[in-house]
Amino acid sequence: MTNDRKIRVVVAKPGLDGHDRGAKVVARALRDAGMEVIYTGLRQSPEQIVAAAAQEDADVIGLSILSGAHLPICERIVALLKDKQMADVKLVVGGIIPAQDIPELQKLGVAGVFLPGASLQDIVDQVRAVAA
Amino acid sequence: MSKALEEKAAPPRTRPFTTISGREIRPLYRPEDVQGLDYARDLGDPGQYPYTRGVHPTMYRGKVWTMRQFAGFGSAEQTNQRFKYLLANGGHGLSVAFDLPTLMGRDPDHPLSLGEVGKCGVAVTSLADMETLFDGIPLGEVSTSMTINSPAAMLVAFYILVGEKQGVPQAQLSGTVQADILKEFIAQKEYIFPPRPSMRLIVDMIRYCTDHMPKWNSISISGYHIREAGSTAAQELAFTLRDGIEYVQWCVDAGMDVDSFAPRLSFFFNSHSDFFEEIAKFRAARRIWARTMKERFGAKNTRSMMLRFHTQTAGVSLTAQQPYNNVARTALQALAAVLGGTQSLHTNSLDEALALPTEEAVTIALRTQQIVAEETGVINAADPLGGSWFLEKLTNEIEADALEYFRKIDAMGGMVAAVEKGFPQREIQEASFQFQKAVERKDKVIVGVNDYVMEEKPMPILYIDETTAREQTARVEALRATRDQERVRKALAELQQVARGTGNLMYPILEASRAYATIGEMCDALREVWGEYEEAPVF
Repeated sequence: MTNDRKIRVVVAKPGLDGHDRGAKVVARALRDAGMEVIYTGLRQSPEQIVAAAAQEDADVIGLSILSGAHLPICERIVALLKDKQMADVKLVVGGIIPAQDIPELQKLGVAGVFLPGASLQDIVDQVRAVAA
Repeated sequence: MSKALEEKAAPPRTRPFTTISGREIRPLYRPEDVQGLDYARDLGDPGQYPYTRGVHPTMYRGKVWTMRQFAGFGSAEQTNQRFKYLLANGGHGLSVAFDLPTLMGRDPDHPLSLGEVGKCGVAVTSLADMETLFDGIPLGEVSTSMTINSPAAMLVAFYILVGEKQGVPQAQLSGTVQADILKEFIAQKEYIFPPRPSMRLIVDMIRYCTDHMPKWNSISISGYHIREAGSTAAQELAFTLRDGIEYVQWCVDAGMDVDSFAPRLSFFFNSHSDFFEEIAKFRAARRIWARTMKERFGAKNTRSMMLRFHTQTAGVSLTAQQPYNNVARTALQALAAVLGGTQSLHTNSLDEALALPTEEAVTIALRTQQIVAEETGVINAADPLGGSWFLEKLTNEIEADALEYFRKIDAMGGMVAAVEKGFPQREIQEASFQFQKAVERKDKVIVGVNDYVMEEKPMPILYIDETTAREQTARVEALRATRDQERVRKALAELQQVARGTGNLMYPILEASRAYATIGEMCDALREVWGEYEEAPVF
């Protein structure tokens, strides 16, 4: 990655949940921080999210999951990224994630987990760090 | 006192003095701030038009609010146990939280249901699950609120049929179904079909309930989710009441007499952390609704003019950090709801920023309401804050803001048109972003999050794994193998036939439900006719 290329982030809402306040606030903050942000909209399957990341040449996929579906969904996305030789795309997740699931997510290869109350600045900094 | 604490005690205040919604508050309010306020015209005694001070003359002296705790998780059997626990501990009514596949009209084996079954609520796929959910709970004696919107008609049908099996006729059933699809497009985004067929489904259901279920509140017009999505207090009020106007208008346009259904409309608001602003919002809501029903719709029955509402404390205000602080937040929000004259109340549990609540956390939440009712004395006099210059001024201001939004939305051609243009969605998105920026700047302090932070240990939470998903999938497979497939096929074909025409959809939905058609099958049948709604992904 050259220095002048903007970090490209696909922000996605997987699963059936429609609560998009967090996804949109984070998308806007990443954009304001100078990243290229593609928001998928609601109810995207893991297949659709990985396809969007491929098409957009994304550096990072950011998932917003509040419903408790994070483990099966992240597992599936990680598998698809491997399948499609896209393991260089970093996956970060924000939402209502029980503490006991964080090690499991890290084991899957999730590069960042953001919990309720995370500051926008922390999210921006970490996304920048994992994309570097 | 340590030096650090002293500094905390008297900080040089540089932050603006505004409400959580960004409204400027002056240092003092005096009689001239409410000059022109006419007691009889603008306030009235409780129980008198325009009901600013409450809908009942004696308010909580006659009967305290209904303590109604929203509950649902895992399987129907698990939630049935929680319901029985809540009723045994002094809860007055039931309130069902459904899981996302149910809310979105998907069966548990649909690919998008991956990870979602039984997580945010109870999994109800067919009438069979509903029978389990209410097993041993006499529907003639409890009132039940069901938080369901796009497939609301199907869940009402399931409830009617469970009643039938218990020998309770539908006319005896009491409760509420949320069925507020407009706020789904505006805020919570659990829509299935496009706005106009969605509205038709709701109008058909209201008509059915008006004709057959005199004790049933056919719709709960909700600001709760609008607020949770990040709106201001005035936006919550404005969009909710304007949604109410839209439903009334559609029913009137469908040929219904306003006084035939309006007495059974109910509302649902958020009680957020800004104490006086919330109380003012509830009071303004009653005054606006009473005048709107009388002046805009020509209602004659005073019950059509009374805004009755349920309140839930603000889930979004709960913090994952130092979660025991949430008990204090919820208690204050509950107090605001009671001082605002709510008819029923749900208090959130302290662990809800982390997970669905444990039984222990739910008990504290219920006890919080009982403490407000039994120990604080606030129930003794109706609208005890009425006449406060500050509160009356705030009530006037919030009312004026809401009426200004009414004018804008009317000019767009009504709420359905405004939703199609994305107007309320954009207003809320902007407000939520501005709030987050205020938090980042520390103009707004959230205790334990951006100030007063400390190290802490994780607390035990309710953990729902994938067991329910496997079991629910097995259950629905068994159901499909044993029911009368021909009857299901015919019922779904009939549902599509009526959807293409103009008949009332409740009848084919009742027949399909009776045949144990699943919620996914019924919604798929309607998806084929109406299509699915997709929102443009803007941020």
